Amino acid sequence: MKKIAFSTTGQTLGAELDPRFGRSIHFLIYDLELESTQLLDNQQSRNAAQGAGIQAAEIIVRAGADTLVTGHCGPKAFRVLDAAGIAVYNCAAPTVGEALIALRSGSLSPASSADVEGHW
Amino acid sequence: MVAKTHGRAARIAIASGKGGTGKTTVSLNLAAMFGAPVQLADCDVEEPNLNLFLRCEQLTSTPVTMLIPEVDANRCTGCGACGELCQFRGIVSLGTRALVFPELCHGCGGCIRVCPSGAISENPHQIGTISVGQSRTIRLVEGRLEVGVSSVSPVIRAVHQQLRDDMPAILDAPPGTSCPVTATLLGADYVLLVTDPTPFGLHDLKLAVATARTLNLPCGVVINRAGEDQVGLYQYCQAEALPVLLSLPDDRQIAEITSRGDLVAHVLPEYGLMFTELADKLQQEVLKVAGGRA
Ligand code: SF4
Ligand code: SF4
Repeated sequence: MKKIAFSTTGQTLGAELDPRFGRSIHFLIYDLELESTQLLDNQQSRNAAQGAGIQAAEIIVRAGADTLVTGHCGPKAFRVLDAAGIAVYNCAAPTVGEALIALRSGSLSPASSADVEGHW
Repeated sequence: MVAKTHGRAARIAIASGKGGTGKTTVSLNLAAMFGAPVQLADCDVEEPNLNLFLRCEQLTSTPVTMLIPEVDANRCTGCGACGELCQFRGIVSLGTRALVFPELCHGCGGCIRVCPSGAISENPHQIGTISVGQSRTIRLVEGRLEVGVSSVSPVIRAVHQQLRDDMPAILDAPPGTSCPVTATLLGADYVLLVTDPTPFGLHDLKLAVATARTLNLPCGVVINRAGEDQVGLYQYCQAEALPVLLSLPDDRQIAEITSRGDLVAHVLPEYGLMFTELADKLQQEVLKVAGGRA
């Protein structure tokens, strides 16, 4: 685990963890080694009539993330993420920071499949 | 006899700019009172409902298939060319073996052509079903989309292909003015637009008229729940030279009878007469069109 992507409505570690993956407003990438963050826009996926989850997954993959922490992830996005070797963690923490703590403490376990039907 | 255009029996599409205008009621009652054997095509393939009323005893079903890509894992190099081309996200490759999402694929075949490794082949995939049945004088042709499939128009085109040329047809379009409506209208000679005298009704009627005119199709109007006309619907129709072929009163009995799954034209004779007249007027309208073209 080196680069972790979080779905978020805001721009910092204190911001809300967006429960939706495909239609999340931003992705915050946290680099564990450098302890730095990078903000990615998800506007294009949010505007997509279909396949938003797939496009969002592409953004995560291209950013070089190896881990995703989000509220819910649909089946199509999960297939893309899984094929690209990205571990997906579903988390109900209210903020990105709290989700990061939960992940580091090992209290989250990786999802083995999508946890919702489409449209996330 | 029934008017003919293009050497085949007339096809009349029933459309409305929005849902809930009574389009289904008009299609069913018109078909029942047509006065001759007629085909009724359910083109609302995402939610076909005409057979709930017709209750055909036997339906003959044929699958509608589309060719979608299949990736040979041994040949795919993960170059990503296919995913870059596909705007529908039907195929995705991110340096990994390409993944196919059949529900999003539109069957254009583009990815197959761009793959430099010849890793993609095509396989038929079921996207819908066409069911044909008979209820009294009505031959029902129903299209039904598979759950989760996004390619609506090919299923509507398959409905058209199942229609016989020697019998007139009424095409019940899906609500709205989107691609599936256009796909339905493309097989028609005349469009009957169902609306009501409300601001929304008028607004959506204008959109539907624009769609029909873009396709160069003549249209007429059925006004449902006709009562006090507060929005100038009749003036609009007159100004646009749209014939109002039927005004259905705002009568609670219509909704009651329809919700029981019955046809008002069968239950109440005065409505039977109204729809018989509508069928006659439509034939004249279509004849005019055919005459104009000849
Ligand atoms: S056939 Fe066309 S729509 Fe389907 S995956 Fe290939 S490029 Fe996309
Ligand atoms: S274009 Fe062909 S080789 Fe390249 S990723 Fe797609 S399927 Fe694989």
